[in-house]
Amino acid sequence: MSILVGRDSRVLVQGITGRDGSFHARQMKEYGTRVVAGVTPGKGGASIDGIPVFDSVEEAVAKTRANVSVVYVPAALAQDAIFEAVDAEMPLVVCITEGLPVRDMVEVAAYLRGRSTRLIGPNCPGLISPGQCKVGIMPGFIHTPGRIGLVSRSGTLTYEVVWQLTRAGMGQSTCIGIGGDPIVGTRFVDTLALFEADDKTDGIVLIGEIGGSDEEDAAALIERHVSKPVVAFIAGQTAPPGRRMGHAGAIVSGGAGTAQEKMARFERAGVPVAKIPSEIPGLLAAGIARRGVKRLRVVRGGSRKPVKAGARKAAAGAKKTAARRKTTKRKPIKTTRRSRP
Amino acid sequence: MNLHEYQGKEILRAAGIPVPPGEVAGTVAEAIAIADRLGYPAVVKAQVLTGGRGKAGGVKVVQSAEELAREAGRILGMEIRGHKVHRVLVTPSAAIEREYYAGIVLDRKGEAPVLMASPAGGVDIEEVARTTPEKILRLLIDGRGLPAYRARAAARFLDPRWEIQRALVPVLIRLAAVYHENDASLAEINPLVVTAEKEVCALDAKVVIDDNALDRHPDLAALRDLTAEDPGEVEARDSGLSYVRLDGGTIGCVVNGAGLAMATMDLIQYYGGKPANFLDIGGSSNPDKVTAAMKILTRDARVRAVLFNIFGGITRGDDVARGLIAALDRMKVKIPIVIRLTGTNEKEARDLLGARGMTALSDMDEAVRAVIARAAEAA
Repeated sequence: MSILVGRDSRVLVQGITGRDGSFHARQMKEYGTRVVAGVTPGKGGASIDGIPVFDSVEEAVAKTRANVSVVYVPAALAQDAIFEAVDAEMPLVVCITEGLPVRDMVEVAAYLRGRSTRLIGPNCPGLISPGQCKVGIMPGFIHTPGRIGLVSRSGTLTYEVVWQLTRAGMGQSTCIGIGGDPIVGTRFVDTLALFEADDKTDGIVLIGEIGGSDEEDAAALIERHVSKPVVAFIAGQTAPPGRRMGHAGAIVSGGAGTAQEKMARFERAGVPVAKIPSEIPGLLAAGIARRGVKRLRVVRGGSRKPVKAGARKAAAGAKKTAARRKTTKRKPIKTTRRSRP
Repeated sequence: MNLHEYQGKEILRAAGIPVPPGEVAGTVAEAIAIADRLGYPAVVKAQVLTGGRGKAGGVKVVQSAEELAREAGRILGMEIRGHKVHRVLVTPSAAIEREYYAGIVLDRKGEAPVLMASPAGGVDIEEVARTTPEKILRLLIDGRGLPAYRARAAARFLDPRWEIQRALVPVLIRLAAVYHENDASLAEINPLVVTAEKEVCALDAKVVIDDNALDRHPDLAALRDLTAEDPGEVEARDSGLSYVRLDGGTIGCVVNGAGLAMATMDLIQYYGGKPANFLDIGGSSNPDKVTAAMKILTRDARVRAVLFNIFGGITRGDDVARGLIAALDRMKVKIPIVIRLTGTNEKEARDLLGARGMTALSDMDEAVRAVIARAAEAA
């Protein structure tokens, strides 16, 4: 398992009998995801491609021990589907649906606080740990297993970047689409923390776009708590102000949230920003190589204890420990950064 | 979806927020008839979905029918920041003592609506936020709505007098209710005035409805002013596409996915071209959408070449290919089309297009450079 989904994930499909639900349930299963159940109220007892359908999430979980839900229900019903999965105490819910009213997500966000369910989305393509588990609508074949973590607000732009990485020989640990809406269950900062703590991820690609301040928050987190190399790309440099560019969250409001501002903020944080997607693999390789050089320096020069979570696992092998020693990305001052799980 | 001032005021009025009397006129004669009833001095205000109406001369106080005829005649039909004035609001002029600001907008970071209140009303609130942010009180609104005690705190911030605060409190509470019940993304009163008679009322109203919520508010959806929108954008929306016209562009794009569509525009600019539009045909495979997209783009006289950039996930490449072929069969498309197709059913798509003599590139940078070159040739 890289982050969040892997071979142990047992996936339940809410809205499995709908057009998109049934198509993607089959696609996920073909990829190798363990799709153990589907839920469509009123269709309990049916079967889609051998996947048993239940009337409720609660029943599906009880009968199949599903631990991930992926939601394909229409926008008007999506909040209810999310609530149902949260109340059934599913650890992870991935909402693909686009078009949820913002008010519905305000209520979901408030409800999730203090609860253990993690929500990804809505209006997202899902997430995939290549070679292990696909939860969503992305084309599996463009991905290849590897050690690059990718987090993005987009859908097809994510595929474009994955395609570039795969062709450059840079496989992916986990690719997560966090969605294009103004309020989402999991933000950049949440995902960066997970990648930083993941011993199967060496480098991170962040794909942002206009609107909101998640990219700025990510840059601030990276400055203080992320030691792994990050490369960013921000879509919407040519977007006119005040217009919603497809995604509900992609809007420059009152002059704030421009691509240019976000790019500048990342540069200030020491994060290289690709001007076009095809620059990403080169910038990432350079960042990883730089870190590798620093790693050698630290091993020769002296010891600094890693403080991050996951360090216990690393201590199993001395070689591994040395390799994971924290180094700073900002030259020339070297500081030890803590990562927070 | 933006609403006009007169529409926003009607929503506020129905919610119990004091709004001055006023009616909408589409002709000078109608304007005069309204002012005859409501009295002079009157204010005639352009009804357009853009700010800066006052600065552009779209808001005038008039003392008589002659003056109203002159000003209404000038304002009706004028263009303010690219928006044509089809209607004016005629309202009695109020004697203003104070101008405040009260507005509710989504705080994305706080994941909740936020009430912004400022005694610096009647001016651009973004300017206030930039220069004197301490003059703005921000209250994040939670699931309770706006409790009275918090509304009182906001009222105290606005005005030092208890009798005015007492009048402001229900306005703020009802504004929060308007925002919530109408699924607004913005509900703004600027200025929220105290009149010379010590009465509180909303002299302007800007209400924007969350596009994603229109399905559950058919009455609000019906308020949409189609004459205020770009015809291409109206048609796009009816066809289930997302389309934004860009100024000064020559290269049309059709892309599946908003992020990729933005990146395509960015890439066109990066390589020296000028994108003419944003167009997202969305994530479901529907050949009719491709046809609709081609219709909108070929009607745009500025467009010299079109780039199709399709990366298949939910979108099946062969459906896009069929749609493209069907569209070109129905229309005589004279401008060059560059196709980039990658992803689900890519091979089937290439075979279909190949059978019609069309090639699809698979590299995005290459496709962008190709369409820029084709557009230059066509110039």
